[in-house]
Amino acid sequence: MDPDLALLLNGIVSGLLLGGLYAAAAAGLSISFGMLDVVNIAHPAFMVLGALLVALLWGATGIDPLILSVLLTPAFWALGAAIYVVYHHFFERRGDEAIQGLAFFFGVMFIIEVGLVLAIGPEQHFADAAYAGITWRLGEIDLPLRMLVPALVAFAAIGGLALFLRRSFTGRAIAAVAQDREALRLLAIDPVRIKRLAFGISIAMAALAGGALVVVQPVDAWSGHVFIGRVFAVVIMGGLSSLGGCVLAALAFGVVENVTASFYGPSWSPAVAFGCLLLVLAIRPQGFFGRVA
Amino acid sequence: MEGLSRRGLGRAALAAAITVPATVPATARAQTAPSGPPIRIGYSMSLSGGLAGNGRPALIAHRIWQEDVNAKGGLLGRPVELVHYDDQSTGAQVPGIYTKLIDVDKVDLVISGYATAIIAPAMPIVMQRNMTFVSLFGTGANNDFKYDRYFSINPAGSKVKETFAKGFIDLAMAMEPRPRSIALVNLDSDFHQRTAESARYLAREAGLRIVYDRAYPPSTVDFSPIIRAVQAARPDVVFVGSYPPDTAGLLRAASELRVNFQMFGGPMIGPHITAQKLQLGPILNNLVVWDVYAPEPTLQFPGTQALIEKYQPVAAREGTDALGHYVPPLAYAQMQVLEQAVKRVGRIDQAALAADMHASTFETVIGPLKFDALGEWTEERNLYTQYQGVQGNGIDQFRKAGTQVILYPQRYKSGDLRKPYTAGA
Repeated sequence: MDPDLALLLNGIVSGLLLGGLYAAAAAGLSISFGMLDVVNIAHPAFMVLGALLVALLWGATGIDPLILSVLLTPAFWALGAAIYVVYHHFFERRGDEAIQGLAFFFGVMFIIEVGLVLAIGPEQHFADAAYAGITWRLGEIDLPLRMLVPALVAFAAIGGLALFLRRSFTGRAIAAVAQDREALRLLAIDPVRIKRLAFGISIAMAALAGGALVVVQPVDAWSGHVFIGRVFAVVIMGGLSSLGGCVLAALAFGVVENVTASFYGPSWSPAVAFGCLLLVLAIRPQGFFGRVA
Repeated sequence: MEGLSRRGLGRAALAAAITVPATVPATARAQTAPSGPPIRIGYSMSLSGGLAGNGRPALIAHRIWQEDVNAKGGLLGRPVELVHYDDQSTGAQVPGIYTKLIDVDKVDLVISGYATAIIAPAMPIVMQRNMTFVSLFGTGANNDFKYDRYFSINPAGSKVKETFAKGFIDLAMAMEPRPRSIALVNLDSDFHQRTAESARYLAREAGLRIVYDRAYPPSTVDFSPIIRAVQAARPDVVFVGSYPPDTAGLLRAASELRVNFQMFGGPMIGPHITAQKLQLGPILNNLVVWDVYAPEPTLQFPGTQALIEKYQPVAAREGTDALGHYVPPLAYAQMQVLEQAVKRVGRIDQAALAADMHASTFETVIGPLKFDALGEWTEERNLYTQYQGVQGNGIDQFRKAGTQVILYPQRYKSGDLRKPYTAGA
């Protein structure tokens, strides 16, 4: 195979796998930011919290990190629901959710990071999955399981979540709450309860993303900073409330980053990827799958 | 034997009365507890944020030094007190911290926290107050200030471009067959730009063809496109400058892509930290890494082993870097330089301390040190080491000699280069 073609194909494939990680990181935010209109800037910090808990549990039990992250999801759901209760009581209920709400989640982010340092130290933590050292070869295409397995788990989780949102009554209520909360009241549904449930789900997704992250790379308390810009860009590019759009945007982001890094150097990757975001917003302001207001 | 007369006894008593106060109390002073107001040493230290992984071990080394020096009677007979604040790894916090230390806390001496990003913001404050300043792991921090009371505990020396990568390039050019091409990969940061510049300069001097020369941003998540592009350029040797999260990503990608380079490494900061050593395990085999210390018999100085033995139980209790081979020896040496200068000068006099530091040689746990006009070491000591025979992920193999052998410089050499680097394959 022509070396440049092999480089291109590997860039695309590795970009798709990287996109799987971005999709995992962004899916929860797609619910909180896209559907509930809660600007949870601390979402990547919750992901890192999940990752570090998974690393600690992996060190103690040796259970696969992704299984551990699934086991953590109920606790993270409860944590998310509790945080939403506080957020709603002090900000949303009073209509102060815009700037004060943003400041609240900034505060939550710093509390998580400093709390992690105080509790488990500033060092990097890791969890070695049994398959992390294995790479499948398809001709000249490399498929490292360190990237492939987390991506597949992320896609499965997002697929299940999309089915829940589309098929179940509660899921449809979650999708509806962002559009017209008063209409929900007419159906005898408490929009606050629905938002509490949905925010819990978004934080539970952060736990899953944490499991994926710690398989891909070692993690410290500040590892989430790298993802803040990316996950918001992915959610906006995907069309805010669309999980399908979020996945597509995440894959596009990964591919653009890795193909650019392969041919033009890694310094250009973020500039080109965020340039594409601007281009998408210029041509299609509502994102890939967003509806025009 | 001459008998003792009464006159003789009287002379002896007189002699004893004269000599005993001059000698015995000096010895007694050194063994008794220090007294009087403490000598206060102030600094910022990164105890949270991205630099805390090295800031916390540095602080443990400082505390060990404090206990050691106070147990020996303190400095000038006074106890030593450390006054430090967490700079949160943020340079913007540092000027305020040093202003408070000097103007409000009225510390007697100042030193730096860990790394150039923290040292540089402290310089203007320290210079305004004419304080003597001993820094830790700063690379070229005084190049622009040219402050004559600045002293650096960092082995890079003042001629970074000419010397930093010399060990790596010399080792490469000594291989058979001689390499003809090199790839340069570095993080887009101040330190790694300087190290890459050195590698670029010395590679050209050696006649090596540079086939790949790119920096990557700190936000990089996936390193496989970089390694794949380096592979496509087909270099014989690869010089990489990276920080811990990136180092793990680069080496993981190298392993997944089955690299095979005659020589691979450079200032890849990462395996210096115990957790990453354990995580990477056999992937480290044959990796050539710039370092400041390795537990090899050729690099033992008075106090080195004692420091490591005191450090490790404390680190285990406090949950920080387990082995302490990277920052703690240099952090302890930072305090030894201050201690020896104060003892020689005999008082807290910033000008006299700086003059003494420029004039003297210091005996430290990392060997003898002497400073040049810029406050850097007169003799650079960039170590190039190689991990050899790493098996599994156990910690004990990294405690003993032979796992991280020193290849360069010749005077500390403890093993021979093994090639190629195949990322554990």
